[in-house]
Amino acid sequence: MDNFPILTALILLPLVGAAWILLVPGGTEVARAHNARMTALLTSLLVFALAVVLWLNFDNGNGGFQSIEKHDLFGPYFSYHLGIDGIALVLIALTAFLMPLCVIASWDSIQTRVCEYMAAFLFMEALMIGVFASLDMMLFYIFFEGGLIPMYLIIGIWGGKRRIYASFKFFLYTLLGSVLMLLAMLYMINTAGTTSIPELLAYDFDKDVQTWLWLAFFASFAVKVPMWPVHTWLPDAHVEAPTAGSVVLAGVMLKMGGYGFLRFSLPMFPDASHELAGLVFALSMIAVVYTSLVALVQEDMKKLIAYSSVAHMAFVTAGLFAFNSQGIEGAIFVMLSHGVVSAALFLCVGVVYDRMHTREIAKYGGLVNRMPAYSLVFMVFTMASIGLPGTSGFVGEFLVMVGAYKASTWLVFVIATGVILGAAYMLWLYRKVVFGELTRHDLQSILDLTWKEKVVFAPMLLLVFWMGIYPNSFLDPLRAPVAKLVSQLERAPQQTADAR
Amino acid sequence: MTALSDSLMLAAPELWLAVSALVLLLVGVFQGDRSYSTISWACVAVMVTAAALVANGASGIGFNGLFIVDAYAQFLKVVILAGSAATLIIAEPQVRRLGIARFEFPIVVLIATLGMLMMVSAGDLLSLYLGLELQSLSLYVLAAFHRDNARSTEAGLKYFVLGALSSGLLLYGVSLVYGFAGSTDFLRLQGVLVAEQAPSVGILFGLVFVMSGLVFKIAAVPFHMWTPDVYEGAPTPVTAFFAAAPKVAAMGLLVRVLSDAFPGLAEQWRQIIIVASVGSMALGAIAAINQQNIKRLLAYSSIGHVGYALLGVAAGTEAGIESVLVYMAIYMATTIGGFLCVMAMQRGGQAVEAIDDLAGLARRQPCIAFALAMIMFSMAGIPLLIGFVGKLFVFQAAIAAGLVIPAVLGVLASVIAAYYYLRIVKVMYFDEPAPAFDDMAHAPSSMVLALSAAFASPLGYLAIGPLAAAAALAAKSLLG
Repeated sequence: MDNFPILTALILLPLVGAAWILLVPGGTEVARAHNARMTALLTSLLVFALAVVLWLNFDNGNGGFQSIEKHDLFGPYFSYHLGIDGIALVLIALTAFLMPLCVIASWDSIQTRVCEYMAAFLFMEALMIGVFASLDMMLFYIFFEGGLIPMYLIIGIWGGKRRIYASFKFFLYTLLGSVLMLLAMLYMINTAGTTSIPELLAYDFDKDVQTWLWLAFFASFAVKVPMWPVHTWLPDAHVEAPTAGSVVLAGVMLKMGGYGFLRFSLPMFPDASHELAGLVFALSMIAVVYTSLVALVQEDMKKLIAYSSVAHMAFVTAGLFAFNSQGIEGAIFVMLSHGVVSAALFLCVGVVYDRMHTREIAKYGGLVNRMPAYSLVFMVFTMASIGLPGTSGFVGEFLVMVGAYKASTWLVFVIATGVILGAAYMLWLYRKVVFGELTRHDLQSILDLTWKEKVVFAPMLLLVFWMGIYPNSFLDPLRAPVAKLVSQLERAPQQTADAR
Repeated sequence: MTALSDSLMLAAPELWLAVSALVLLLVGVFQGDRSYSTISWACVAVMVTAAALVANGASGIGFNGLFIVDAYAQFLKVVILAGSAATLIIAEPQVRRLGIARFEFPIVVLIATLGMLMMVSAGDLLSLYLGLELQSLSLYVLAAFHRDNARSTEAGLKYFVLGALSSGLLLYGVSLVYGFAGSTDFLRLQGVLVAEQAPSVGILFGLVFVMSGLVFKIAAVPFHMWTPDVYEGAPTPVTAFFAAAPKVAAMGLLVRVLSDAFPGLAEQWRQIIIVASVGSMALGAIAAINQQNIKRLLAYSSIGHVGYALLGVAAGTEAGIESVLVYMAIYMATTIGGFLCVMAMQRGGQAVEAIDDLAGLARRQPCIAFALAMIMFSMAGIPLLIGFVGKLFVFQAAIAAGLVIPAVLGVLASVIAAYYYLRIVKVMYFDEPAPAFDDMAHAPSSMVLALSAAFASPLGYLAIGPLAAAAALAAKSLLG
């Protein structure tokens, strides 16, 4: 097992699946579509199995990088260098967990150009795993930006009415942020003379330069997370994307921003991080309150959940810049929990959208009468989104607040109001859609969850409770790398003080 | 006598091209236009053998300094020969359809290629001019090759008048430089300029005029105006040729003149190059947004690409020159594929050129659509595709040389430019299908397209190592 290149396998497997789907002819359109679905499902399940193996073989006590692979495929300019720590591990597992669910969720709802759709998803899975597994900065950037291409196609081809506007906005917004990061990376390569992330982590960048580099990285990650005020691409992209596209977007792609902060901004520019933490706190506080208020007045279910995502991601940024282990572990846990819960909520919207072809909240009401199973599932995820104890949402938000309290009481005061507002809009949504009298005629014949939908929701329910009741399973791999990160961050202000 | 034979040996690939061109011309005269195919393939074979000769040839300086063969020249010659050969291969079906399949066509391309090889080997302002004119005159003829067509003739005339003007500027600059420095030999110029403490106004004037002439040839701002009209008017196979090899040759020539003859004036020419570079990147990004004709769009896109390459020139370092070489090679390979897709845009034997004609191509001809999408993403410089590597090298060189602000402007322009490349993908993949194009029933063209798209795709990353190593060697030979 020791020499098996498991990370490469995780990246290559979806690519092989995608190539298989596109290249193998299968007779009629229907047969090809069926083949595509089966191949995608099998491939993504296999990837998930590999991810489980990766987790089981993971050494929790080791704060450094594991499963390292390094090959000079691209000449001396950058290298194919993979490896993971606990943070990357949980995010890779999240990606691998969500992908089979996406495939099943798209099984019936996608009927046009199925082959391309499934291939795009598998391709994206490979890129997302690549982002979390890269130990080379250029390789990271390539995976990070490459993910735009399949997502652009997914929104643009299988999206809703304003899909073209949304896909362009998504692409150009993200690209604009990222090119500045690219320049910062090039500067770092010139200064430090390496593209290897472990070596860059050990390099001390000059304090004045750090601020500029930090800002350039921030331009990219803030758009990706997204933070207020550069979040506006997200509601558009979510509303127009097909259900599974929203799941991937909310579940994994947003986490790349948080991961970027953890991998680059915090450890490589600790001085700048300390200096600019105030900025992040301010933006996070605004985001929590502002986007929660915006979510309260939404008429579109997906848009509401999209805004709630922005609010939740503000918890992540607030926790990360608290610079203590509770805050950072909490932030990562919120990322994980949000990855599952928001994905599930988008799937919940997808369930009724597939039946009624509208996402307008006013078009629903009293679904509990016809859809008891759906109502139960939706309620669990609503509660998890609010952060009810016993669900995954609670653990992360609690840890973030503990961490943030150490950093600033004001911060924790403001983000705690966010929790209340979050409860307000989620319960409001749930009441409007599920409770009340079933008055509308077109809803009289709506059907409850099919077995495929139950198969999708069952593992998510399990995970939400598992994370809520026994979070240690998920916190254990995080402890060592977070401790290492915190010690790096604590050293920075002392060094500055010594220098003075 | 040995000096002469050595010189002749150095110029063996050029001699081979020249002799072959004359022999094939004779064959053509006797056989007539039916021999188009034979002559075209013979020209391709000549270019391939010439590339082999270049790759295995010795390096040195011949003809008393007029002619330089170094790794730099060899790299560019191989790229140019590959580009010319590829454009000849893909030209055939379209040339036949337009009814311009005359035997002169491949021979003029061959002669133009000869001019390009001489350009990148030039060691003296006079041999530079000879090579440049041989190439330019052939290109004027090619632009007007569809002589019964008003647009083609117009393009040829426009190109000729403006090209002649730029050659005039160049010659005037050469005469000034000669007058004030006393030599036209690159290496001697270099010595004179380094020895002089403050450069005289006359030499600076000469430098500016020489650069104006060369900037016209690479179609960078502010001498870009001819490009969209000529690209649109010329027959598409000719446009494909214009956009590929001659750009590489002219860029190679510019770099050679600046770093061999005028390194002493680097402070001065760098300012000009930065302005041209930023201007080209911005214009290429903004002016292309509203284009409806795909050939015009690609014309503006090529202006933008030249701007990026110039950023590497402005860096002036070894890494900068390496990045220019890598960038131009990648640009050429993807451009040929792009124009090949434009050539495939035919309905019922009629060429169509509007971007909207590509609508829904992904469902009618998925292979062509996929190839063009790869090429467009690559030209936009999106990571995962090869075009990103070119931009990466250029920006890295620029930042290492301290050109941070032009680099920032460059990446911003690349985001703007991404819009119109994405628009083509959008039209092909998101829009409702228009009627299908005719089948591309020409196996060699399909092969070239497949190669170009594969190079643009992530597979191309495997070629980075060797390509960049060769370019690094070339850059070293130029500056070392």
